Amino acid sequence: MKIRATQAIMECLLEQEVDTVFGYPGGTILNVYDELYNYKDKIKHILTAHEQGASHAADGYARSTGKVGVCFATSGPGATNLTTGIATAYMDSSPVVFITCNVTEPLLGKDSFQEVDITGIAMPITKATYLVRDAQSIPGIMRQAFAVAATGRPGPVLIDFLKNVTNPTEMIDYEFIPWYENRTWGSVRELSESHGLKAPEPDHEDIDILAEMIAQSQRPLLICGGGVVRGRADKEFRAFAEKLDAPVAITLMGGGGFPGAHPLSTGMVGMHGSRASNLACNECDLLIAVGCRFSDRVALNPKTFAKQAKIVHIDIDRAEIDKNVLTDHHIVGSARRVLELLNERIGQYDHTDWKEHIIPLRQPQVAEASETLTPKQVLETIRRLAPQDTIVATDVGQHQMWSIQYFHFDYPGQLLTSGGFGTMGFGLGAAIGAKCGNPDKVVVHTTGDGCFRMNCHELATVEHYGLPIITVVFNNGTLGMVRQWQNLIYKKRFSETTLDRGPDFVKLAEAYGLRGKRVTNLQEMEEAMEEALCAGCGYVIDCVLDMDEMVRPMVPGGGNITDFLLK
Amino acid sequence: MKREFDSAKKLYTLSLLVKDIPGVVSQVSRLFSRKGYNIESIASGASKEPGVTRITIVIRGDELMIDQIAAQCRKLLPVIAVKVLDNESSIQREFALIKVKAKDLNTRSEIIQIADIFRANVIDVSRQTLTVAVFGGSDKTTAILDLLKEFGILEVVRTGTIAIERGRSTIYDETKLKEEYNYGKNVL
Repeated sequence: MKIRATQAIMECLLEQEVDTVFGYPGGTILNVYDELYNYKDKIKHILTAHEQGASHAADGYARSTGKVGVCFATSGPGATNLTTGIATAYMDSSPVVFITCNVTEPLLGKDSFQEVDITGIAMPITKATYLVRDAQSIPGIMRQAFAVAATGRPGPVLIDFLKNVTNPTEMIDYEFIPWYENRTWGSVRELSESHGLKAPEPDHEDIDILAEMIAQSQRPLLICGGGVVRGRADKEFRAFAEKLDAPVAITLMGGGGFPGAHPLSTGMVGMHGSRASNLACNECDLLIAVGCRFSDRVALNPKTFAKQAKIVHIDIDRAEIDKNVLTDHHIVGSARRVLELLNERIGQYDHTDWKEHIIPLRQPQVAEASETLTPKQVLETIRRLAPQDTIVATDVGQHQMWSIQYFHFDYPGQLLTSGGFGTMGFGLGAAIGAKCGNPDKVVVHTTGDGCFRMNCHELATVEHYGLPIITVVFNNGTLGMVRQWQNLIYKKRFSETTLDRGPDFVKLAEAYGLRGKRVTNLQEMEEAMEEALCAGCGYVIDCVLDMDEMVRPMVPGGGNITDFLLK
Repeated sequence: MKREFDSAKKLYTLSLLVKDIPGVVSQVSRLFSRKGYNIESIASGASKEPGVTRITIVIRGDELMIDQIAAQCRKLLPVIAVKVLDNESSIQREFALIKVKAKDLNTRSEIIQIADIFRANVIDVSRQTLTVAVFGGSDKTTAILDLLKEFGILEVVRTGTIAIERGRSTIYDETKLKEEYNYGKNVL
């Protein structure tokens, strides 16, 4: 069948069962948007206020639904505005296909208007980049891009179309193939053949070795990493933890991989990890990390991290093995398949003594009574009033750590946070994406006053599409996390972290056609939260907090995991 | 047991098979610059299959770092295979062209003698110069360059080291390591 090249782009999106895309049009991508006009019944396009917002929204959509997110942008500045979003998705292994257009072939490399080598720029922050010069190759490249983004360790992929490729007169051969058949067809099969790929089946001998190590261990500890979330292996992980009867420490990205309120959970591990998790790392004799890359925020000092223990690393990406922390044993494979095999292989264990030693160290999280509003009270109120399956999107900083410490996440995709890249301004975009992908769920966006200002223009998107997202601003008038470091490490020299300036976030919400309320104590917070939940539109709660509130506990970067600077 | 890595800095040779697509060399070399390491030499050319290029990279570093870079290289989609070749089990050669000043008969014959000792060939003669082609390990090139220095070297071109394993083993061998990386390659 002969169809227009741009039509093939849309058909390929439909093949992949894409029904929502995020983006921002511009000169070179006009042909694609013109075609989108024909497809507006089948593909919903969310126009954001800025390309960065679109990139985070596509990312948030992917993280919360488990599907591949799609984001459009034009050449030049449109494309470079995506880069922060691409890097955020790359660091947190989120599957997003970014589609940009570039200038026409004769103008390429001539420093033409709005020209940039985006495939070159994006190379280190994507799994693959494609520059499409030939319209005939569109279906092959689109299918390959989706396969690459979604399989194995997921991640972003960028496709850059030259404008002449999308010319309406450009006709190509196209045949519909559903996505699951795609994987064994055409360019995707070619790719898998040229790499001699086999089905990712973990090595059974490796499983046996681990089963043997488990049998000999008295004090096993599990770490639930982002791989459990991305691989949607939460059920298998839970079954494994219960069989092993071992405490479970959860990394930032692992939030939602294991129920936070489960009796085996010891809470977050690492720099702001709980006492229970961090001490367990130093006292266990076998540490099994699933889908975690022992980043500097988790392992802190790789030389001393769990050095008394045998470390076992389960990861889909071989390049993660022995990258940050040297391991005693590893299994390469998807978290779900490895855990399935392990669950078949091991019996029920009982580690009561060890559990009773570690788990009580996880201090109960109760909000203390206080005249002025505290972060704990804010989060406690949200937790109490919002439904348990509420999706939480955070920005980066103190409120992020508090959110993860106080909320309990039950399923993958419930927590959306920029863990690896630490992108301020990620939250609102991600919340928009999550709400578009999960219209039935309540979406709460927690943010700080610094972070919110970075992308608060996306409130326009929230308003236009009628997305009832609740934004809770932890407004302490400072870049809280940076101030905390200045407070503790830089002798209280608060260099450029005080945000004694506008805007008035309530008025800002109103200016965007949304509702908002400033709260200064617990009662007001409760009222505002109740109001927000039934507002039916975007709602901004501006919580006035003390600027010297700190995230506890805290271990300084590069230190030993139990050397708490703050208890 | 944890793997033990040699922490001494020395020269390592990496051999890669990559798909011959635009930007593949920059994609590979980027990984080295990202870690702040300098490539000592890089040689790239056709392999036994059409559309597949073989790249040989020599780099100074410690074992852990080489292991990491090899791992990152293996993850790249156009990369088909990566092997770290050690000096004992592989043969390493390079080719160099050296243009030397040779104004009179005496110097000319002296240079030819040196070339003979190194089993190098004189491939071009002019009234004022001799061009010597030398083939061997990179230390051999360095040695002849050292000797020719006193005559005045005008120009040197070195291909960079290429290497191949001794015996039956090749870069195409299926190993557990290769299978493990293919999972991480993230396709299928």
